[in-house]
This record gives sequence, C-alpha cells and structure tokens, in this order.
Amino acid sequence: MTATTDLSAYRGVWVFLEARRGALRDVSLQLLSVARKIADLRKTELSGVLPGWKVEPLAREAIEHGADRVYLVEDPRLEPYTSRPFTKVLAALARKHKPEIILFGASKNGRDLGGRLHAVIETGLAADCVKFEIDEDGNFDAIRPAYGGKSLAHILCKQHRPQMASARRNVFRVPDREPGRRGEVVRESVAIADADLDAKVVRFEERTGHQEHHLDDAKIVVAGGFGMRDPKNFRLLEDLAEALGGAVAASRKAVDAGWVPKDYQVGQTGKTVRPELYIAAGISGAVQHLAGMQESAKIVAVNSDPKAPMFEIADYGVVGDLFEVVPEMTRQLRRPRAPVAPPLPPPSS
Amino acid sequence: MAAKGPRSIVCIKQVPKAQELQVDPVTHTLKRVGVPSEINPPDRNALEMALQVRDRHGGEVFVVTMGPPVFTQALDEALAMGCDRAFLLTDRLLGGSDTVPTAHALSEVIRKIGGYDLVFCGEETTDSSTGHVGPGIAGHLDHAQITYCSGVEFLGDRVRGRRVAEDGFETWECPLPCVVTVNFLANKPRPPSLTGKIRVKRGGLTTTWSCADVGLAAEHVGLKGSPTIVSKVETVQLPERRTKVFRGPAAEAVTHLLAAMRADGVIE
Repeated sequence: MTATTDLSAYRGVWVFLEARRGALRDVSLQLLSVARKIADLRKTELSGVLPGWKVEPLAREAIEHGADRVYLVEDPRLEPYTSRPFTKVLAALARKHKPEIILFGASKNGRDLGGRLHAVIETGLAADCVKFEIDEDGNFDAIRPAYGGKSLAHILCKQHRPQMASARRNVFRVPDREPGRRGEVVRESVAIADADLDAKVVRFEERTGHQEHHLDDAKIVVAGGFGMRDPKNFRLLEDLAEALGGAVAASRKAVDAGWVPKDYQVGQTGKTVRPELYIAAGISGAVQHLAGMQESAKIVAVNSDPKAPMFEIADYGVVGDLFEVVPEMTRQLRRPRAPVAPPLPPPSS
Repeated sequence: MAAKGPRSIVCIKQVPKAQELQVDPVTHTLKRVGVPSEINPPDRNALEMALQVRDRHGGEVFVVTMGPPVFTQALDEALAMGCDRAFLLTDRLLGGSDTVPTAHALSEVIRKIGGYDLVFCGEETTDSSTGHVGPGIAGHLDHAQITYCSGVEFLGDRVRGRRVAEDGFETWECPLPCVVTVNFLANKPRPPSLTGKIRVKRGGLTTTWSCADVGLAAEHVGLKGSPTIVSKVETVQLPERRTKVFRGPAAEAVTHLLAAMRADGVIE
C-alpha cells in the first residue's frame, strides 16, 4: 500500500458488510450485485468482510446474495460500530489478504470507516459512486456524479491498492437471493487492544416518527422546491403525500432556506431515491436535484415555468400554479370516484 | 493569550457557491477563478460549534485552511466570526490533491500548531462532497473521531458528541484530542461581528505556511501524492422520457393528468 505496490499481488473484490442491530444494511446487500459483476469481469472472487458480534447468520445471507466467501470477525468489542476498531480490522485483513477492490456503502458508518481507513493505509477512495466498471487496462473505474451532478467523473486509482469506493443506498438493486448457495465463511481474528476502544457509544435513541426511513422506502415521493415560497406551504405537499400514501421530500434550496430538515433533501448532497412515482412541485430541476431522483420510475412535474428543466425528464407535466394544482390533485384523489363500469352484471369470479 | 480552556482547531474550505459550479472542459477540474465563493456551508457549522465551546469553557479557536492565497477571504470571515488566529497552508505543490494528501497536509498543519484538544471539520464539502477528509485527519493523526455530530459537550478530559445516524441518535464519548465532523445545519452560525472585522483589519492574526514550513515533502502532496486521478468527465445522459403536458385551469388539468396516470397504471 505504497506507491511501489506490486499490483499483481492483489486479487479479489471485497464488500464491507455493515451489520446494524442484527441485520445487514440494505446498502451492503445492494453492493453485492455490482461487486459480483466486477468480480466476474476481473475473473476473481467476491468476498464480504463482516466485523461484528453474533453476526454469523448475516455471513450466510451475504453468500446467498452472491458472495463466494465472507471474512467473519466476531468480537463483542465490535458491537456497536466505532471507528478505530473497525479501521483496525479492515486494515489488518486488507494487508493480509490483499484484495484489489473494496466497496463500502456510503452510510454514515461506511463513510466514517472508509475515510479513516484510506488515510491509514494510504490508498484512493472514491465517494458516492453510481457506476463501477473495469477499463481496458483492467483498472477499477469508479464513476461518480461531479460538479453538482452535471457530469460523471471517472476516478481511477492506478498505482495504489486496494482500489476503494463507496456507493449510496438505492443506487444498486439487491441481487436475487439464492437459498442454499454455497460459499465459505472464514473466521478471522484481529487483536483489539483496550487502547483501540477510545470511543464509547454511551447512548442510543431510536428515532420515532421516522421521516428519514419513511422517505428512503417510500414508493411515492412528493417533493417541494424553492417554489413552495414558505415552510407553511409544505402542508400542501403533506396532504398530497397522505392522499397517495407517500412521503414528503425537498430540494436543497428548500432545505438551505431552513423550511424543512436536512432529512428531507433529495439530490447530490442529500438522498438518492428511486420511487415508483416522484412528484416535483416548484422544483425547477437543477442537475443537483436530478442526480438524486432521475431514476424514479415515473416523474410528475408541476411548475408555472414551462421551461423548467424538470419537464424535460418528467413523464407528466402540469404547467400551472402549484398552489392551485397541488391542492386540486389532493382533492380529486380523495374524492370517491364514480364507478367507471356499470355495476351490472356482477363479476363472475 | 494564555488559554485555560480547550484549544480547538477548525478546518475550513473555501468553495464555489453551490449554484455557480463550472467545469473547465480541458482540465476537467473545477473552475475557481472568477467564480463567487464562500466558506463551505457545513464548515460554518463547525466554526460555530467550536466558538460555542469557547463561549462556555474559555480557551481558543484557531481556523485552518489549505489552498491558494485567495482563501484568506474565508479565514478573514472566520476571524470576524470570532476565531482567535488563522493559518493558511498555501503552496503550488498542493494543487490537484485528492482526499489523501489533503488529510495529510491539514494534519501536518494541525500537528505544527499543537497543543489542541479538539479538531472540527464540516461533515463534507459542497464542491466534492466526500466527507473523507475529517476521518482522514483523525486516521492520520491517530486521534479519536466523532462524525456527523449535531452537538458536543466538552467534559474536561474528554468530549461527548451527539451523532446523527440513519436510524437514531448516538451519544459518543471520546478522549482528547478528538476530531469532530459537524453536520450541515447543526446550529445557526453567528455572523461576522463588527469588532471582529476591525480585528481582521488590524491584521497580524493569520500565519501563512508553505509545505516546507510544515515538513510536507513534494511526493506526499498534490497530484503526485494523490492515489486517485480523474481520468475523464462525461456529460450526464438522462433517460429519454416523453412528457405528457397538461395546461389550463387547475381542475381540468389535474383531471386529465390523473386520468392519464390511471390509464398508464401509475396510480389506482
């Protein structure tokens, strides 16, 4: 892991498997799909790295999702996550087994760990990638939105190993589970000294009324931008979201204005969502915002400016005043609909 | 000033204003010349958090940045907010640094300043948004770290931080020195004060160092010291969508919109 690394000594693709309160984070499972593809392109094996305590069942789960092997490091000191012991584990295993590529979920812990690790082992780490490829020279090509999502930057780490990158939640899809798929669980032990336990997590408060997960998992998202003009007006979006069974989100401008919490923010510096339906009200469609939602299955744009870029990527557009259009949508969705077919004859089944 | 309370060092970056990002088509790097800039917004929250520690416990707050001499603008603003001293690491050798040499270089500045208890950084920058430099500094200096903090309490021999995780709030306690990365919007940063601006005008608060001054060798910084390179930048191709557009009175437009969405099976 110096500038004069023997590159050929490094083989294999790894995914950091993040256990959170007894389960694998979905971003870890999602990474297994793209990591499998990369490992196949490199004609090498895919391994998961799973530090934690009482997490062995999760190793099986990773194997059934495509991993050939899981390096399992079980130690009560690895629960809950803290930065230094996890960095020590990853650094020790990377030095021992020399993987050519390590992928991390860009969760809070994934970034906390990756950021520390890459400085300790002195290698490259590309953040928040949306695509991974292998270039014609066999380099790992980590592709991430750059400059506010206007473009995609290809990041190479040619002379350092492992080549590391992170990806956010919901960029890749969880691979199909193959029950009974075979793989190897390799128990590793890494000595963790008392001095490594410098951080103590003394308290955890679960979030209640959890907006964030609500947004992450929502099938329908109703988002507002600077066009909402006032925090009070987000009420209109809440009503529409409620009528549709969706969640409310916002553009960065609305968050920066202090109208809604940062949790609501979709886009380059917020969340990436890919719901079945995304309704953008008063969001002009800055590329930074599009970066976080353009993979939604269907997009509705509501804007008074017919030239708003959001219309270019929308499936449906309403050119009009959102303060009229949005409440009207809510009203019509809530209104019981007249049956579209005559009530007779009754269905035979 | 002999400080009794903790010494905090805040790392900040001067970034192009979010809406003004432009890419040089030849070098694929961010155009910085002639683009309005600002203190990276989360770094303001980091400054405020450090200043609040000083408000309560005394001590001092130093601000650090690395970059071209024009970054003194950001330092001056931080001084006007109330920071005691400022340090600029500036050197042509630093150009093109990725997060590894950036964390390394800032660490050497911090090490040279010395005598500190807390290091604060913003959670990430708005121009490259990696969030890797703060933990990178902690790794480099072998200090404890608390990332994504919304608030800290200084406890004399350690620090307690409230960390915002995806599913809840964690309270971490770490020994000193500790690197704390601060959430965007964690607090309301104070504006520069008039007395602060006058202090800046009088001058003498900013120390400028080169790589040699902090013991950084050329091979550890800049493009040479960066494991990663940007090999190319491509324009984003959005998937083509055929947009059905509805206009006219809201009631009518919405009726047609919902009918079309129902016909396409998007809603029930």
